Amino acid sequence: MADTNYDVIIIGSGPGGYVTAIRAAQLGLKTAIVEREHMGGICLNWGCIPTKALLRSAEIYHYMQHAKDYGLSAEKISFDPAAVVNRSRGVSGQLAGGVGFLMKKNKVDIIWGEGKVTKAGEVTVSKTSKKAMEPQHPAPKGTKGEGVYKAKHIIVATGARPRVIPGIEPDGKDIWTYFEAMVPPTMPKSLIVMGSGAIGIEFASFYKTMGADVTVIEMMPTIMPVEDPEISELAKKQMEKQGIKFLLEAKVSQVKKSAKGVTATVETKDGKTQDLTAEKLISAVGVVGNIENLGLEELGVKTDRGCVVIDGYGRTNVPGIYAIGDVAGPPMLAHKAEHEGVICVEKIAGKDVHAMDKSMIPGCTYCHPQVASVGLTEPKAKEAGYDVKVGRFPFIGNGKAIALGEPDGLIKTIFDAKTGQLLGAHMVGAEVTELIQGYVVAMNLETTEEDLMHTVFPHPTLSEMMKESVLDAYGRVLNM
Amino acid sequence: MPINITMPALSPTMEEGNLAKWLVKEGDQVSAGDVIAEIETDKATMEVEAVDEGTVGKIVVPEGTAGVKVNALIAVLLEDGEDAGAIDTAAASPAPAAAAAPAEAPAEAAPAAAASAPAGPAPVANDGSRIFASPLARRLAKLNNLDLAALIGTGPHGRIVKRDIEAAISAGTGKAAPAADAPKAAAAAPALAAGPSADQVLNLFDEDSYELVPHDGMRKTIAKRLTESKQTIPHFYVSVDCELDALLALRAQLNGAAASDKDGKPAYKLSVNDMTIKALALALRDVPDANVSWTDENMVMHKHADVGVAVSIPGGLITPIIRRAEEKSLSVISNEMKDLGKRAKERKLKPEEYQGGTTAVSNMGMMGVKDFSAVVNPPHATILAVGAGEKRAVVKDDAVAIATVMTVTLSTDHRCVDGALGAQLLGAFKGYIENPMSMLV
Repeated sequence: MADTNYDVIIIGSGPGGYVTAIRAAQLGLKTAIVEREHMGGICLNWGCIPTKALLRSAEIYHYMQHAKDYGLSAEKISFDPAAVVNRSRGVSGQLAGGVGFLMKKNKVDIIWGEGKVTKAGEVTVSKTSKKAMEPQHPAPKGTKGEGVYKAKHIIVATGARPRVIPGIEPDGKDIWTYFEAMVPPTMPKSLIVMGSGAIGIEFASFYKTMGADVTVIEMMPTIMPVEDPEISELAKKQMEKQGIKFLLEAKVSQVKKSAKGVTATVETKDGKTQDLTAEKLISAVGVVGNIENLGLEELGVKTDRGCVVIDGYGRTNVPGIYAIGDVAGPPMLAHKAEHEGVICVEKIAGKDVHAMDKSMIPGCTYCHPQVASVGLTEPKAKEAGYDVKVGRFPFIGNGKAIALGEPDGLIKTIFDAKTGQLLGAHMVGAEVTELIQGYVVAMNLETTEEDLMHTVFPHPTLSEMMKESVLDAYGRVLNM
Repeated sequence: MPINITMPALSPTMEEGNLAKWLVKEGDQVSAGDVIAEIETDKATMEVEAVDEGTVGKIVVPEGTAGVKVNALIAVLLEDGEDAGAIDTAAASPAPAAAAAPAEAPAEAAPAAAASAPAGPAPVANDGSRIFASPLARRLAKLNNLDLAALIGTGPHGRIVKRDIEAAISAGTGKAAPAADAPKAAAAAPALAAGPSADQVLNLFDEDSYELVPHDGMRKTIAKRLTESKQTIPHFYVSVDCELDALLALRAQLNGAAASDKDGKPAYKLSVNDMTIKALALALRDVPDANVSWTDENMVMHKHADVGVAVSIPGGLITPIIRRAEEKSLSVISNEMKDLGKRAKERKLKPEEYQGGTTAVSNMGMMGVKDFSAVVNPPHATILAVGAGEKRAVVKDDAVAIATVMTVTLSTDHRCVDGALGAQLLGAFKGYIENPMSMLV
């Protein structure tokens, strides 16, 4: 009889779940991971990774359209939507396969099916009932199947799914979620995007570059509402230049389907309504945790607003049951899930770990221009009672940015005037998603402005702006 | 209910210890009285016994953890029928020692140093070693007038980070000496020169020409106490030669007269060292002014001679004490010494068996050393360094004769035992050694 006893069983193989499994195995814990649909979860299959592939196609297409700016010529520029989508699926498939390999390498058993915690220490796996989104990557080989499995520690890492607004239910045809938006059969000529968070803005950016007429509707007064308003405003201006239309402080009250597509009735703050018609509508109004059908309710696991309630080590109120990642609450980001999972299993293994600190989790949005940030925004820092020093450095003052032909953007830093603590950093412009980690490291090591000023940044790079922004906060900027 | 096992106090004064070793692992069954762990204090390794029976549910403090506070939770024992699931709630109440440490530990360690310069180069502890602290922690320490040397870091590799400063602020610990008092303190006790830092030492050698062996608790204690002694105690030394022939003859006679037990083993076997201990104890009884300890306010006049005896053990030395040695017979001293010596080598002495004492004997005679001087180990005011007994040419009645002679050197804390007093004590000691029958009456 096959061995069904484990130290740790993880339900869900997204970036949180599979990284947690690897770390658990490294710590010598006998580990299994339950997955019902796709190795790598939404992130690898329908989220972070395939969208980056789509956006890369859009970016290159954009450069081809602007070849003349670089002294190059490109004629009869066009694209094949199916090929663009195929590339994205290929990238996703390669990485999903890689996760299966990593499980094998680390001797983590994969149990294929739907997991449910039937009692403390027991996971019952049954046949997947959910209809999988197509196209689906093949399931890994050599997996275990339905049955009852035991584990001292059960980690719920089931992620999240698109939030649905009643009356505007996605139909997979005219009203899309990120699933359908990822694999368009044809490029829509017009598009309404509901919600301007990372998902909404990335699709808006992609479809605009690919030629669609795009309108974004956001309830809040700024786009990407979690970002620093100054950065949001700059990003919005640049996207408006590209032709994206924004309706802020606005709400879709109803959507009617017609032969032409969809007509959305939009209410604005002043109480006026207008009808917008487009071929497709993408609903990107946030995500909710997958907390259902896991047996959590029966076991008395505490949840709050669609997410499992945990402490800094992923522990729920029920001993032996843990949760990490999106299902355990915001910020719903893959890298947060991974770190939460690592902390969770290290604690289980008796390591001396510190609880999750959510104040230094970076966020990246891969629209054009990119947006990246970590820590407190300027209003939030002031709200928290800090006397702040703010530094700004625009891309126009940076040699590399000019050489790249990317003169639009800003790097903003926020310091506590009293202690010199770096409270937050916010960026908009080319490649900023790759730059932000410098400030994340700095914040984690508790540097002050002084250390950043003492650090030598290489020339010519975009990263020089990171130092200039710090210098500016203290009135010492050099290249402005 | 799971039973919490906490860090035991092995002596009344013990505040923290190192969890040296676990002898059980999670899931093991234990009964009351089973040895479950070894605790290392500054000098001894002690065994911790289970008080209840059950299954070891969780080991909270891993072995090799230093500075575990007394009463901190170290493990959780499950009673019959309980499973590990019950632990989290049991363990949740008292925070594990390692995590709880920063708020309470610092006070004792705080040296009267002026606020270190946090924004500049890395701060340096009084012993010259670098203090690892984040830039933000250094600046916060300066702003809040905290002494980094007095804080314990909980960041990576013990680095002092922001939360440690915040903990110290809320606990009110780790204050640097107030600026106004600094000059006064400096006048009273000028700062001692720090030795070369680890980097300075290591830079003198090729990187692959040595290995680094971390100090254990005993090595740290020896270094700390003896450095303190040499820096704060004005030592002076008095040497004298003692003829041993009479003592050796008496020893042979006494050992020959020892009754045998049923296995044919003699009831005692006196060594020269045993007789040295007794002679020193009697000399202190005769010269009570030398049986003292120094405190800043008072002379501590001891009523008994508690003689510490330095025992060399692997990795260092320890000084178990023969209490009231002046009252004890040679055979009692001898047997007690054998027991203490054996347990010292096994690192099984209890703290009260090696803490305190009014004087000490360090004997290197068996290693052929002719003479040497020892470092006074406070609260002692004296220590006697004993060389080898060897045949030497001596002048007796204006003629050269052969005698077995041993040179002893008394190291003395001049604050409480002056030169003449030291000489008087050594004279009394010599009297007992050379007229050993007087030790028997």
